[in-house]
Amino acid sequence: MSDNLKYTQEHEWLKIEDGNVAVLGITPYAQDALGDLVFVELPELGRKLTKGEHFAVVESVKTAAEVYTPVAGEVVAINDNLSGDPELIKKSLEEGWIAKIKLSDPTELEGLMDRAAYDKFTASLD
Amino acid sequence: MTILKTALFDSHIAAGAKTGPFAGYDMPLYYKEGVLKEHEWVRTSAGLFDVSHMGQIYLEGPGVVPFLEKITPSNFVKSGHGVAKYTVLTNDNGGIVDDLIITRINDTKFFSVINAGCKEKDIAWMTNHLTNDVKLTRLDDRALIALQGPKAEQALREVFKIDTSHLGYMRLMFVDDLIISRLGYTGEDGFEISVPANKVAALWDKLLANPLVKPIGLAARDSLRLEMGYPLYGHDINDQTTPLEADLGWVMGKGNEGFIGAGNVLGKTLIRKRVGVKLTDKGIAREGADIRNDKNEVIGALTSGGHSPTLKVSIGMGYVDAAYTAPGTNIFVTVRGNNIAAEIAPLPFIPARTKSSKKAAA
Repeated sequence: MSDNLKYTQEHEWLKIEDGNVAVLGITPYAQDALGDLVFVELPELGRKLTKGEHFAVVESVKTAAEVYTPVAGEVVAINDNLSGDPELIKKSLEEGWIAKIKLSDPTELEGLMDRAAYDKFTASLD
Repeated sequence: MTILKTALFDSHIAAGAKTGPFAGYDMPLYYKEGVLKEHEWVRTSAGLFDVSHMGQIYLEGPGVVPFLEKITPSNFVKSGHGVAKYTVLTNDNGGIVDDLIITRINDTKFFSVINAGCKEKDIAWMTNHLTNDVKLTRLDDRALIALQGPKAEQALREVFKIDTSHLGYMRLMFVDDLIISRLGYTGEDGFEISVPANKVAALWDKLLANPLVKPIGLAARDSLRLEMGYPLYGHDINDQTTPLEADLGWVMGKGNEGFIGAGNVLGKTLIRKRVGVKLTDKGIAREGADIRNDKNEVIGALTSGGHSPTLKVSIGMGYVDAAYTAPGTNIFVTVRGNNIAAEIAPLPFIPARTKSSKKAAA
């Protein structure tokens, strides 16, 4: 499989828009591990994030999972629809994204996995 | 440590269960449809649970009633044949060793179901306190399943031609080699069915073949009992909490002042009490979270918490200082450093729909 997304070992996907904005969500692997989702804590618009900082929390029936950004930048959009319906996260990239981050340093993307590498990574976890 | 499996483990895997460790057993947490749908199914139809990890015992002998009134604060002398009681075992400090169901079978014999995680501890505790006219028998060769929900009675009738219409809440009946008790841990009408372990898989499969019945994992069992305010041992009650602190004073029998630890329970002023907590703002309250007053002082902590699928808000239970136990009291629950608005809520969070304990057809 291949797509034009980037992936992290923390099971986030990133879609790059306009070269300098990362749309960020959590992968089906993470969704499956969490089970039914009941709450999403979103970051504030305009918040400046450092690389590796947790900026959102996805809560399932059993646990609260922190979502980390693999890139530094500013939160320029949040998916407010998730407040009313956390399960949207599982629907599609278009409906399930959590936040958009304007990149401070686009070269930080270079260390992230592509789909093939991520599939290999998740296969190694099972 | 060896991970134990119940006699239904293969059935769970075949049904697509996600399993996880619970009280030393690898148990189904949820099946294919997920915990929210399972929760809803129990509230509207009939859910089938494997609770075979729980302990089952007989206590019998001429001295059994005085023995039970020693190890629990309840009364048994007047309880009728087939009548089940929820009660607790207390330790010398008045703390709770376990909570359990004890059902009278006949004048000198009782059946009891004890928590999986407390099984060996309880049996050792009881054995240590046994008088020589009481005998404890482990029923390790029996499995236990729970059929819970408003359609449970109908399902039992359709699948096994077993008529329970005459059986009241907290009542037990024998049908061949089954022990059927009309009670549960969900707040719905329903049954716990004790069955020889070598027959449980066939029973399970037959029930699941009925369209009213779906398998339900331990995750939904937890959210169902949380909505009812039922305590979970090791979380909401433990060997440090007394029955009165745990708001279980109703299990205490009038005139029983001779139970183990009575001197540390009866007449004591409560400094803390178990209460319900409901978030009035967004967030999920979980076990361990601090409970604060409006001066930001810690007044207690949550012992259980989560999302209520029925109410669509977060609910929990915890212990708070006695001054804050009134329903409606405004409090805060601290989640990841943020204080979320909440209030003390009456238990249960939603009304129980268990059957009347009066027999429908006397």
